[in-house]
Amino acid sequence: MKSLGSIRRDFAPWNDPNAKPYIQFDNVTKKFGDFTAVNNLSLTIFEREFFALLGASGCGKSTLLRMLAGFEEPTAGRILLDGQDLRGIPPYRRPVNMMFQSYALFPHMTVENNIAFGLKQDGMPKPEIASRVAEMLKLVKLEQFAKRKPHQLSGGQRQRVALARSVAKRPKVLLLDEPLGALDKKLREETQFELMDLQQNLGLTFVVVTHDQEEAMTMADRIAIIDKGEVMQVATPAEVYEAPTSRFVAHFVGNVNMFEGKVAEQTANTTRIAGSSGAQIVVDNAAKTAAGADIVFAIRPEKIKISSKKPADAVNALEGEVYDIAYLGDMTVFHVRLDDGQMVRASTMNAARITEDPLSWNDRAWVSFRPDAGVVLTR
Amino acid sequence: MSNAAVTASAPATNSDKSILARLGAAFVGRLVIIVPYVWLLFFFLVPFIIVFKISLSQTAIAMPPYTPVLDFKDGISGFFAGFGALSFDNYAWLTQDALYFNAYVTSVIIAAISTVLTLIVGYPIAYGMARAPATIRPTLLMLVILPFWTSFLIRVYAWIGILKPEGLLNQLLLATGIISQPLIILNTYTAIFIGIVYSYLPFMVLPLYSSLEKMDYSLIEAAKDLGCPPTSAFWKITFPLSLPGVIAGCLLVFIPAVGEFVIPDLLGGSQTLMIGKTLWNEFFANRDWPVSSAVAVILLLLLTVPIMFFQQAQARAQEQDK
Repeated sequence: MKSLGSIRRDFAPWNDPNAKPYIQFDNVTKKFGDFTAVNNLSLTIFEREFFALLGASGCGKSTLLRMLAGFEEPTAGRILLDGQDLRGIPPYRRPVNMMFQSYALFPHMTVENNIAFGLKQDGMPKPEIASRVAEMLKLVKLEQFAKRKPHQLSGGQRQRVALARSVAKRPKVLLLDEPLGALDKKLREETQFELMDLQQNLGLTFVVVTHDQEEAMTMADRIAIIDKGEVMQVATPAEVYEAPTSRFVAHFVGNVNMFEGKVAEQTANTTRIAGSSGAQIVVDNAAKTAAGADIVFAIRPEKIKISSKKPADAVNALEGEVYDIAYLGDMTVFHVRLDDGQMVRASTMNAARITEDPLSWNDRAWVSFRPDAGVVLTR
Repeated sequence: MSNAAVTASAPATNSDKSILARLGAAFVGRLVIIVPYVWLLFFFLVPFIIVFKISLSQTAIAMPPYTPVLDFKDGISGFFAGFGALSFDNYAWLTQDALYFNAYVTSVIIAAISTVLTLIVGYPIAYGMARAPATIRPTLLMLVILPFWTSFLIRVYAWIGILKPEGLLNQLLLATGIISQPLIILNTYTAIFIGIVYSYLPFMVLPLYSSLEKMDYSLIEAAKDLGCPPTSAFWKITFPLSLPGVIAGCLLVFIPAVGEFVIPDLLGGSQTLMIGKTLWNEFFANRDWPVSSAVAVILLLLLTVPIMFFQQAQARAQEQDK
């Protein structure tokens, strides 16, 4: 674990203190009556970034997108796009386009007229519109469907039309509201990569709203995890997964085991945590914490080794009984009940077809992990 | 052996039953379609044939006041002998007197203007209802339907009280000083327009509301997002998508308005010329059943033939869409 950087190694403007922010939410609050959808939120998005807003439904992520598109005005705070305050600018004058969750294709227009709609609004000359529409149709591989109406298309084709329509005007920013939500799993995976290619090829800034963590992890350069109208963490997918800064984020993205306890002893590099029932573990990278303070060690299931005998060299090894086994093909997930009663989830890749150390229900087993395999959380 | 036969025949009877059940279900299915057709046959087609037959007869001072009366008094041969006396003279008569032609044309023009006015008044109402919070929509719908709970005739009479020279409207306008002379509205075409727009407004609002309410509001947002200002978004998205409602509403207003009798009679005074009034006069004042029947048959053709062509064109357009 040397680096938790971006997958696109040459692209990390958020680490550059001189990089100019492209989209800025400055202490933005949005209230609907008594309900606070967005609470004093600040966020910075850079040019050409693929940015994901991830959160459960009703967390305020769609409201953020709608404020950027101009369908809602912030109750307080301001939103800047390329240095320009967007307050009071109606949606039809903003240089952003949105791809709607429902696609919102105009049912009385053909595919090509749907795509041409925004271009006609801009008063683009007819031959240019025709060539742009043809280009867009080619981009989303729908050339032979130009004359069809939306109701004559499949769900995946409609999604492509919606995408083509929203990028046809070459907006500064493309907003995508749950772009893959209505597609089935297989199509969704294919489309994820197509969206990434499209973003790279067109060089646009994408802001995508999703509740699907896998989708956000796959596509985004950075993810903002939103809860109750507040940003919990903004980081690259790897950072969010490997270095969550709060219990909420650790729980929200992927599976996690939490060891709760108090700080027993702290040295320069290690912290010893005493669990409530006596079991002790030693972990790395803890911030300076007073002895006796409440502390949590969060560790992902695949970072935990499971074995039938106590590993000789393990710093942390806890004994328990196999409670449940889920065989998933590529991996196996073990649920182990430790002797102090805590349940631990450990997963093993099935790299070989035959397991060396077979474990069964109710077997005694040891779980072990390195001190740097997880993170210490205080909030 | 017998056991085997029983078990073997059991499935056969089962499938026989299911065939019977299927036939029964098919019959019930047909019946559902047949019932309205039987209704139309007895209460539309048969009366129409009777009216059509009367329109081919001649007036007579008799009971009923026309001849020949097709009956079996003189046996079956007498019944068929009556056919010889039928003629299209009454239709020829309609073309000879400009009164009828003028009445048809005026009626169609008045109905068309009233339909457009009803659309202009009804569209904003329907739009407002469709965009209102879902919780108050049923109440708004109720308010539109509420006038139907009072007699149509009484509501039209009430307009006399409002529109007459010393009526409520003039009193209000005189009292506020907007006018110094009472407006003459009653017994003019304006009064007919007011009466038709008022009476038929729900028939316009309801189909419009149902087509506007179905519309996905995110379409308007998408249009705005693509650079379309609100007014332009209305004409490019909302209005075309509400077109089925517009057409249904216009037909529901236009068709009865052409043959309207009560409103022109009560609000339009004696000098207004509409086909419904002409028909009434022929029937009750002149007691000329054959001519009034001919007027009715022409009116029916005038309304149904264009609508049939229109519907066919629409069906063809829909077929192409699929």
